[in-house]
Amino acid sequence: MDFAGAFTAANLKYMMQGLGVTLEIAIWSIALSFLFGTLIAILRYARIPVLSQVLMAFVEMIRNLPLLLIIFFTFFAIPEVMNLNLTPIQAAIAALSIFEAAMISEIVRAGLNSIPKGQVEAARSSGLGYVQTLRHIVLPQALRKMVPPLVSQFISLIKDTTLTTVIAIEELLRSAQIVYSQKQDYVFPMLILAALTFFVINYALSLVAGRLERRFQV
Amino acid sequence: MIDFTILTTYQDEYLKGFMTTIEASLLGLVGSFIIGVIIAVFRISSVRPLRWFGTAYVEFLRNIPLLITVFVFYHGLPVLHINLSGFASGTLGLAVYTSAFIAEAIRAGINAVPKGQMEAGRSSGLTYIQTMRYVILPQAIKVVIPPLGNQFINLVKNSSILGVVAGLDLMYFGDTINSETFDVFSTYIFVGLFYLVLTIPLSLFVGYLERRLARAY
Repeated sequence: MDFAGAFTAANLKYMMQGLGVTLEIAIWSIALSFLFGTLIAILRYARIPVLSQVLMAFVEMIRNLPLLLIIFFTFFAIPEVMNLNLTPIQAAIAALSIFEAAMISEIVRAGLNSIPKGQVEAARSSGLGYVQTLRHIVLPQALRKMVPPLVSQFISLIKDTTLTTVIAIEELLRSAQIVYSQKQDYVFPMLILAALTFFVINYALSLVAGRLERRFQV
Repeated sequence: MIDFTILTTYQDEYLKGFMTTIEASLLGLVGSFIIGVIIAVFRISSVRPLRWFGTAYVEFLRNIPLLITVFVFYHGLPVLHINLSGFASGTLGLAVYTSAFIAEAIRAGINAVPKGQMEAGRSSGLTYIQTMRYVILPQAIKVVIPPLGNQFINLVKNSSILGVVAGLDLMYFGDTINSETFDVFSTYIFVGLFYLVLTIPLSLFVGYLERRLARAY
């Protein structure tokens, strides 16, 4: 194990670039999957005939497939049949967003369903429209309950960005791999550095989640 | 659009991959359960260093990617002159990674049983082990089974990581079939179907267990 040899300025800079790619993919995917996940959950919650069932089938299918397969499929198969050209980064963000949106929609749906139906009825009978009821009564309460599971889902997402290595994206773990493929003595230092970087980001996120959870408790 | 002849032409490859995926998932489950129980015991033990170790183990592994634990076995062990196959390093990585989640599920289950029950058991003359065995664990198991089931579903899906380290699973054979057919779409549709054959029934069963155990409590 050669820590001094592995952690040269050039290698560390290379790792920082990898971290940049990881964060780019993670932030885009978190934003998009949260948006689409919430949309899917609200559409399912509203019980719109046919659409709700189609969304349910979609969510169940995606949730039960390995993410690795979805990444592969999005990058290699979708462009082939749809005549689309995706860069690896776009494909990675698309795949992660689709997969995590399915997971997040279940979290949001559980949150929405945890609000007693009586409250919706009460709001509706006091003259609020359906959208107003969702906006002012159901969502604010549901969001509080959703914070802890949402944050753990985002942590999973950050970890899952490493899977994009299969479509040759130079994210953090792949950067580490490229460095340690030069010399066996670099394997452990680089793996430890990559692991610690993920740990610091994710652990910090989970601490923030814990604090938010306590603040939201009414 | 979907070429069904791929399924019949390459049925041996698909089946081999399918069986390896099942094998890796089952071995991963057994391995992660054994490690998970040990870590959970550490975490509720009254010996402080053990508790610290348990907490560090769980917090560290839960916050790093699965692929890193797999690479530690696949790229790391050869440095120490231990060479494992892709299947072995993938399954080991899978078991170690999942054990942190299982330890956490078991600990949550045990903590869900009110503390007073342990005190009551101990004051009626039962030993610590007896109280665990006859009072705490039978109740904890009801809380623990649904998350364990979910972990198993995750294990089946995560076993696809074997494809990255040449572990001869469904993803790996998807790649070899694809390199002969050049029909990515059809090849991976069938790979996906093989995964769904495993995960959908499992999900339905876990959902059923969740509802049943919630009623019984």
